[in-house]
Amino acid sequence: MIVKIISFLRERLRTVIRLSYVVLALLVAWDVVFVDKHHAHTWAEKHIPGFWALFGFVACVLIIIVSKWYGHLGIMTREDYYDR
Amino acid sequence: MIGNLWIHPAAVMALGALLMPLVPRAAKKAYLLLVPALAFGAVYLMNGEWGTYGVFKVLDFELIFGRVDRLSHVFGYIMTLMAFIGTLYGLHEKEDAQHMAAWLYVSGSLGTIYSGDFLTLFVFWELMAFASVFLVWFRRRPQSLWTGYRYLMVHTAGGLALLAGFILRWKATGSLAFELLDVQNPDLATYLIGAGFILNAAVPPLHAWLPDAYGEATVGGAVFMCAFTTKTAVYCLARGLAGLDILVPLGVFMALYGVVYAVLENDARRLLAYHIISQVGYMVAGCGLGTEMAINGAAAHAFAHILYKGLLFMGTGSVLYMTGKSKFTELGGLWEKMPRAFVYTLIGGLSISAFPLFSGFVSKSMIIAAGFEEHNYWAGFLLTLASAGTFLHTGLKVPYFIWFGKNNCSKETWEKAADPPWNMEWAMIIASFLCIFIGSYTPYLYNLLPYPEAAAEYHPYTAYHLSETLQILLFTALGFFLLLKKLEPEPKISIDMDWFYRMGGRLFYRLARGPIQSADSAWGEGYRYCGLFPLMTTARFWSWFDWHGIDTVVDGIARTVRAVGGQVRRLQTGQVQMTLFYTVSVAAAVLVIFVLG
Repeated sequence: MIVKIISFLRERLRTVIRLSYVVLALLVAWDVVFVDKHHAHTWAEKHIPGFWALFGFVACVLIIIVSKWYGHLGIMTREDYYDR
Repeated sequence: MIGNLWIHPAAVMALGALLMPLVPRAAKKAYLLLVPALAFGAVYLMNGEWGTYGVFKVLDFELIFGRVDRLSHVFGYIMTLMAFIGTLYGLHEKEDAQHMAAWLYVSGSLGTIYSGDFLTLFVFWELMAFASVFLVWFRRRPQSLWTGYRYLMVHTAGGLALLAGFILRWKATGSLAFELLDVQNPDLATYLIGAGFILNAAVPPLHAWLPDAYGEATVGGAVFMCAFTTKTAVYCLARGLAGLDILVPLGVFMALYGVVYAVLENDARRLLAYHIISQVGYMVAGCGLGTEMAINGAAAHAFAHILYKGLLFMGTGSVLYMTGKSKFTELGGLWEKMPRAFVYTLIGGLSISAFPLFSGFVSKSMIIAAGFEEHNYWAGFLLTLASAGTFLHTGLKVPYFIWFGKNNCSKETWEKAADPPWNMEWAMIIASFLCIFIGSYTPYLYNLLPYPEAAAEYHPYTAYHLSETLQILLFTALGFFLLLKKLEPEPKISIDMDWFYRMGGRLFYRLARGPIQSADSAWGEGYRYCGLFPLMTTARFWSWFDWHGIDTVVDGIARTVRAVGGQVRRLQTGQVQMTLFYTVSVAAAVLVIFVLG
């Protein structure tokens, strides 16, 4: 059953991707229009629409770029490094 | 508790382990399930029976084996439960010794948790290290032996720091009771004890043992290891050092540190190991905040973490068990071959990422909320940043590069891949169920927490929290798919803090072969000339003196001196290591006499 569901979705990958974008847009719209932000702790959360969406995306990009940069400084090395 | 009789769950596990070789093969599987179930039963029956049990007086010390209160109960509860799930997962394993090592390890953990004094704690603490190292050695690869020794040496060093802290504290206060230390005015003893605890909690820079050992452990062994050592340390921090300020920045730093190394990691199990460091960072930060809500959060997150991290190690472990591979560059596209293992791993990944309706959502947020409530905004934001990283790796990278992505499987790997045996699957089903149950029905976990009133006031399912979490997670997913190319696994290893002792050890080895050995020979030569030569000359002189027999009174002296010379020669063979050994022994004896006197 699991295999069937996955292959069903994979065959319609384009539609799945489009639907995902729609979900993302709806989520931000819901946050901006409906969610009560009176109890948020900081100014940014109260006043920037879709603050956490921005935060999540920037966080993800930042983590990938900074980590890879750090790794390629010489931290990542060949697998038999300790064997010699 | 049965009537007035208190049964220590650690004793159940230890006795169960020791009796294992006597159990006939036909009854083995039932026995393997029965003993952890009994230990869980022993913990379960303690609920509400708070108090101190199992107190023994030995010399001047009061040994307390059973301090049962809400904090120890929640940890004992989840650990015995995990012992059952982990044993079920490894049920197919025919070698008794593997189960015995795992159970003694669990026993060490439980003993530490229920101990009320530092002496008892120390004994169980060491049992944990010495039993768990076998879970690495049983992998039986050539490198397993070395990894195990490194693991053992690091933990021995941590144990020594702990012991030194206990002795100093005893000298200063005359008490070995395991209570909250004076965290406002920490002294050397507090720092040494803290160092011992945070080494086991894998706080950088004392963390490299964790990915090193957990990546190398046996398939079943890793499931145990990921649950017990670090979470026992979190318990000790929550008990002894709650509110120690430095734990907050340390915890936040380790939450991010684990994330960075997880990006670089190519081995699925080592990636998960780095994510333990990241997740334990939340708990350490919670202990450092020290408020009721933060301690609740640390305990809740430890509880949830043991289940979902166990589940993730079981999922990737089943891939390793079936295919013999755990590196992303040797796997990929397995969704057709191992679909069920995929679903369980995904549930673990969604739980660790704190998706709504999964366990992390109701536990991790408690710590972050405690940070914001204390107006510790930078801690709150950085921990949120780390949770984006958590979803990025464990929720997306692990499942994607094993079950989807580029198919890097060799023909042999591909043919071997299939869903794992029934016992492994059932263990994963139970863990998956609990992950979802905890996330969906909060009173189950919240009633077990150390401060249930504070927990009852916390509501994770608000519109704001839901919206915040979903935005962070789904936009992290967007970033993941947009930057997929950059995340392609590379067949590399990353240098970490273990470089210092691995390369340092090599330096020592070279020193030992070069300078130290020549120093040893020089010492021997020097000794021959400066020590033996005068002695023998004296002896020969007396011999000559005797030989010529001037006086019968001195007749025996030559023989005596010769004998003494021989005795001295036997006592001191002139080797550096023996001399060092004697010197260190005498120094240690003097130190012990000074401390006890």
